[in-house]
Amino acid sequence: MSAISREEVAHLARLSRLAVTEEELDTFAGQLDVILQAVARVGEVAAADIPPTSHSVPLTNVLRDDVVVPGLTRAEALSGAPDSEEDRFRVPRILDEDEPPSPRGEGPAEGNA
Amino acid sequence: MSTTVLPSYDDVVERYAPVIGLETHVELGTKTKMFCGCPTDFGGEPNTRVCPVCLGLPGSLPVANKAAIEATIRIGLALNCSIAPWSRFARKNYFYPDMPKNYQISQYDEPLCVDGWLDVEIVGEDGQPELFRVGIERVHLEEDTGKTLHVGGATGRIHGATESLVDYNRAGIPLVEIVTKPIPGTGAKAPIVARAYVTELRDVVRSLGVSDVRMEEGSLRCDVNTSLSPAGSAEWGTRTETKNVNSLRSVERAVRSEMLRQAAVLDTGGRIVQETRHFHEDTGDTTSGRSKETATDYRYFPEPDLVPLAPDPAWVADLKAALPELPRLHRRRLQQDWGLNDHDMQSVLNAGAVELIEQTVAAGTTPAGARKWWLGELSRRANEAGVELSAVGATPAQVAELQKLVDAGKLNDKLARTVLEGVVAGEGSPSEIMAARGLEVVSDTGALTTAVDEAITANPDIAAKVRDGKVAAAGALVGAVMKSTRGADAKTVRSLILSRLGVEG
Repeated sequence: MSAISREEVAHLARLSRLAVTEEELDTFAGQLDVILQAVARVGEVAAADIPPTSHSVPLTNVLRDDVVVPGLTRAEALSGAPDSEEDRFRVPRILDEDEPPSPRGEGPAEGNA
Repeated sequence: MSTTVLPSYDDVVERYAPVIGLETHVELGTKTKMFCGCPTDFGGEPNTRVCPVCLGLPGSLPVANKAAIEATIRIGLALNCSIAPWSRFARKNYFYPDMPKNYQISQYDEPLCVDGWLDVEIVGEDGQPELFRVGIERVHLEEDTGKTLHVGGATGRIHGATESLVDYNRAGIPLVEIVTKPIPGTGAKAPIVARAYVTELRDVVRSLGVSDVRMEEGSLRCDVNTSLSPAGSAEWGTRTETKNVNSLRSVERAVRSEMLRQAAVLDTGGRIVQETRHFHEDTGDTTSGRSKETATDYRYFPEPDLVPLAPDPAWVADLKAALPELPRLHRRRLQQDWGLNDHDMQSVLNAGAVELIEQTVAAGTTPAGARKWWLGELSRRANEAGVELSAVGATPAQVAELQKLVDAGKLNDKLARTVLEGVVAGEGSPSEIMAARGLEVVSDTGALTTAVDEAITANPDIAAKVRDGKVAAAGALVGAVMKSTRGADAKTVRSLILSRLGVEG
């Protein structure tokens, strides 16, 4: 059984905003399947008493004090931007989204200023 | 919507049972952002409070702010939550430029605080306080997003906009999200329970001193979930999530309007779609936002750049021991100290006068004296001006001073009101105003005598008539003094004038 379906690849491509052709969907589904099958082999040796690893180093509670540290100047901050206007990063408007996925819920329905 | 005839509210709550739920975001008042040392103060020039971490530049690494973790644990403890012995941050991936990383660092299945409750008091139909226990599902920590501004397009309208301009000053400010469990069983009281919950939550967070929790400035924001099921049904209905609810009053209105809307849909055989709706302050209505059926898949996964949190139980115990008295219990104690019955205490609460009276009493006057001014004259003026009582123009210290002057017999009630008028107008402290206007009951002559002498000198004809026994003519002199002193006590002025002119009143 294949580890990832063509539909899932299409879904991932949409989430990543990648324009993937029908042909590429077939190719990627096959390639990703091989990768996922390989990774799935780890699951075969994982015992119930071994929790999934998210961090390779056993560290917890790395915190910093609430102290202001100088950051970038505005010129520095904007220097890497493809474009800027009114001291802000200028990016193409996301027009075809019927819903802004932002947690703020700002976007097409509101948030104009 | 406009073609649908809404049923009456009473009718709706007779036939349907609402279930509500609230998700509240609180912006913490830490000095720095959640994962970097950029300052958080409000109102900087765009993109001046940013660094490689909050701009998501390659190679930068976030480190969690200890003060934010502590504040979140304290909120959790105040809401009777368990503090997770092990907790992780997660990436919430989405495609929108308000976060430069293309994801928000949040918490997913391992929040810091879980399973608590908050007792919320409302006024029952019999006028007695009624307690609702609102279950708290979770309290977790995440980061706020940047601000987007949409520009361009021929019409200049939002839907014609072609570009977004982004300011990342706000991106990365710590946000605490507090999620309730579903709240069934509130019936017709659902809207006021929702409002009472957010009010109480705000007061709790404020008492902890971890946020200024101002809804109008967006440091406290609320999403309201509402569903209806037929009365007596064991199953809950499909819920909607209303966003953009930006005041306590709107919380109440949003629940109510959503109950009415859903009932109208259900009455005509329709089905409620699980969706996000937007609340409109001006109309009190909600309109459809995005449908959850096509909702984004956030692809949560543990944040690899941050190590897990494992709060030391001893630290948590210390934080718990140091929690301040909770607002509801604090109010209960004040009510006893002030000797008020439930009804009178409710009036104080409704007027938003609890803290003001508390501070006035602390400034050295009696609870009764403090309450009289704040609930009487000052509430009246606040209502007239359409402002909050705290913004009426008098401070607790001034009110306490005023009442002390009354208690000392220097002002009677009527004169005190005149003095208060001066305080509100910004003329100074009660003592200063009393002296300047010559309002003291037992006149110290001084300023008032000078004003009287000036009036006599300026009106020799009238003064002569009064000396000749035409006492009634003194009225014009009284008027002149009242005018020059901007409202001295007429009786005092009159007797002063008569005695200066050698006539017995």
